[in-house]
Amino acid sequence: MGKGKTFTEKLDALYEFDREPVTKDKLQGAANFMGLYAGEHVAGTEFIIGPLFVTHGVTALDMFLGLLIGNLLAVLSWAFICAPIAVRTRLNMYWQARKIAGPGVTFVYNIVNALMFCFLAGSMISVAATAVGLPLGMKMPSLQDMYPNSVQWVLVVFVVGAVVTVLAILGFEKISEFGKIAAPWMFLVFVAAAIAVLPMLGVHSLGDFWAAANEKIWTGVPVAGQSKFTIWHVIFFAWFANLAMHLGMADMSILRYAKKWQYGFFSAFGMYLGHYVAWLASGILCAAALGNIAPGPIAYLGAGVAGAICVIIAGWTTANPTIYRAGLALQTVTPNWSRWKMTLAVGVITTIAAMFPALMMKLLDFVAFYGLLLMPMGAVIFADFWLLPRLGLQRHFAEVKKLIFSWPAALAWLVTLVLAFVIPLEIYFKALPGWFITVLIFLIASYIEQKVVHKPAEVK
Amino acid sequence: MIWKIFSLIGLLLTIVPAILVFVGKLQIEQHYVLMFIGTIIWFVCTPFWMLKKKAQ
Repeated sequence: MGKGKTFTEKLDALYEFDREPVTKDKLQGAANFMGLYAGEHVAGTEFIIGPLFVTHGVTALDMFLGLLIGNLLAVLSWAFICAPIAVRTRLNMYWQARKIAGPGVTFVYNIVNALMFCFLAGSMISVAATAVGLPLGMKMPSLQDMYPNSVQWVLVVFVVGAVVTVLAILGFEKISEFGKIAAPWMFLVFVAAAIAVLPMLGVHSLGDFWAAANEKIWTGVPVAGQSKFTIWHVIFFAWFANLAMHLGMADMSILRYAKKWQYGFFSAFGMYLGHYVAWLASGILCAAALGNIAPGPIAYLGAGVAGAICVIIAGWTTANPTIYRAGLALQTVTPNWSRWKMTLAVGVITTIAAMFPALMMKLLDFVAFYGLLLMPMGAVIFADFWLLPRLGLQRHFAEVKKLIFSWPAALAWLVTLVLAFVIPLEIYFKALPGWFITVLIFLIASYIEQKVVHKPAEVK
Repeated sequence: MIWKIFSLIGLLLTIVPAILVFVGKLQIEQHYVLMFIGTIIWFVCTPFWMLKKKAQ
């Protein structure tokens, strides 16, 4: 138990700054949320997600309509699920989950989250490496490449990973500021690159676009070896691309600064600029590059050197804070390592992961898996906040009973994941039934914990 | 104010040449050059007002 307590203290120390609910004078205006969401969701990975839809044989109608619906569902999830709890508690997800499940469970959550962050940052480094390798004439990884395809690829990824890691060690704040400066320009590069290659696809006026979209871009025919995507795949992927953030409640850390819960609707700026326009744009670039999906070459085709710079900056500015946050989270398990050592260790793991093109080529599956893995804790927060009081049960049970480890949340998380992998659905669709399963298990387990294991009289 | 105008010019150089390529008024190679110039202008000028605004 002594060791557990040490972990708890270290974990709490990391979030010490956020321990108290946000005060009224710290609340942020609407423009901040518009900018934040727009900047956060136009990232390096957008360069690879659009082309992957093309390779999965999505039709043009499915793409346009599916993204419209899927992103709307994502916005509604932010606005109706995440934001209302964030503005009522004014706490971040860590402290809210800690009250419900105890620090033992949040400790495990933190480790899983950190490892996922490493792989996510790895995919961003891979994306940036495809642009750095351009002037070197590097052989680009193809859709079928799961392992490093050349020594040059390994070396380029190593250099990019090393630079990103060193910069994350030196200071993450400055890079975060640089990311904000780059965001409006990056979005325009996506759009401009796509517009510039349209004549290569036979589009010389707006009237030509829809025919070319169907015949040359989103043809409905998957590339050999890729599964066929329907409109349902597009809807569910777009909805759950940020599952950990909305239904998973991680964005409580942002939305707790919102003046009103309605600010959750500002996530639309991120969804429709990044996950609609940018995904369509990168899909167009992929088609113009005759199916090449490596982000560096396709961006270069549409925007020249500026396009290659955009891929590097987009990958770098998003990988950097991700590595930093992963280092922060993993600090809890290390024997008093300093932050720079931990960030270095995370950088090494991330860089090694980035050397495997599988991470980039299977990004859709990874993103779905990442969301599924972290979503249950958000469902637990939802059930604890809205449903337990209606059932006559105690909210924040771990905090009330001073429990290190409250088992209903842990059980709900674990069983949901086991069941999710048993459910005979593709990974993109598992999270929706998974959310309801988590809520149900948590409610039943909470009832048993509060009414049977701990006598009702004990609960204040 | 002057930096904001320069930043706007940077953004215009990023997007307008692409539209000119689309309507057949510009070669794609020229668009690459103009976009690169726009990129430099944006990154040189924007920190002057964006970071200042943040500090305030």
